[in-house]
Amino acid sequence: MNETDLHFFIDSTMNYFEEITNQKASAGIPYIKDEAPVVLEYTGIIGISGKRKGSIYITANEAMLSEIANIILGIDKLGKEDIKDLVGEIANTISGNVRQAYGSDFMISVPVVVEGQARDIKLPDNIQSFVVPLTWRDHKSFLVVCLE
Amino acid sequence: MQDRIKVLIVDDSLIIREAIHKHLKQFNIEVVGTAEDGKVALEMFKATSPDIVTLDITMPEMDGLTVLEEMLKIKSDVKVMVVTALSDKATGLKAIKLGAKSFLPKPFTPDKIRDSFQRLIGQNL
Repeated sequence: MNETDLHFFIDSTMNYFEEITNQKASAGIPYIKDEAPVVLEYTGIIGISGKRKGSIYITANEAMLSEIANIILGIDKLGKEDIKDLVGEIANTISGNVRQAYGSDFMISVPVVVEGQARDIKLPDNIQSFVVPLTWRDHKSFLVVCLE
Repeated sequence: MQDRIKVLIVDDSLIIREAIHKHLKQFNIEVVGTAEDGKVALEMFKATSPDIVTLDITMPEMDGLTVLEEMLKIKSDVKVMVVTALSDKATGLKAIKLGAKSFLPKPFTPDKIRDSFQRLIGQNL
């Protein structure tokens, strides 16, 4: 995975926030993931297969997801199921949209959602993972890309 | 009064099903069902015979393109709007070639889905 690959995912993420919330997110400087866990309250994970292999995930706190869900649905009281579902849908959209760059043999799985601050998210050991810190409004979240 | 257009909403994401339902409320439609995977979608399709289906592609059990082919075998004049994160041109062309009438990439705004739906119902429903 090179810098161009990472940019595809960052662009796709920025596009998601702008399109859905009409407000830009900003991406911090990416870094190589070490053993320190990168996991917040809800995590949406997508497996990648086909021409490229690996996985990506986005991890965020409930407060940020609630605000986005509120923008999408226009209601204040949202169930936990909506919040959980949204983080999976964000991961799905980000990874699905990068097919514009990689083509249709870049295959994505349905999302898996992890609720609660797990110790860490298991990624393939043999592939380097990059962490992209994200800020939207005053919320922090992380995009983690692990691509062969 | 014109009959309401029967719509089936298919997406594995709860929030997307809710969003589509909400954004299409202004039209003269009846949402006859919402389905979270391809198998359930086909069962509902057989049971409700909708006029229009909004259909995701990446779903558990059966993917949307397979569902699209099966639906068209059952009811050849159903209008299917594919709504998917797989926004590459090849996927869009494949969906249209298989018989979808419309292709809307995610993420979508309320205006985009309403415009796509408006164009769809304008096609001699």
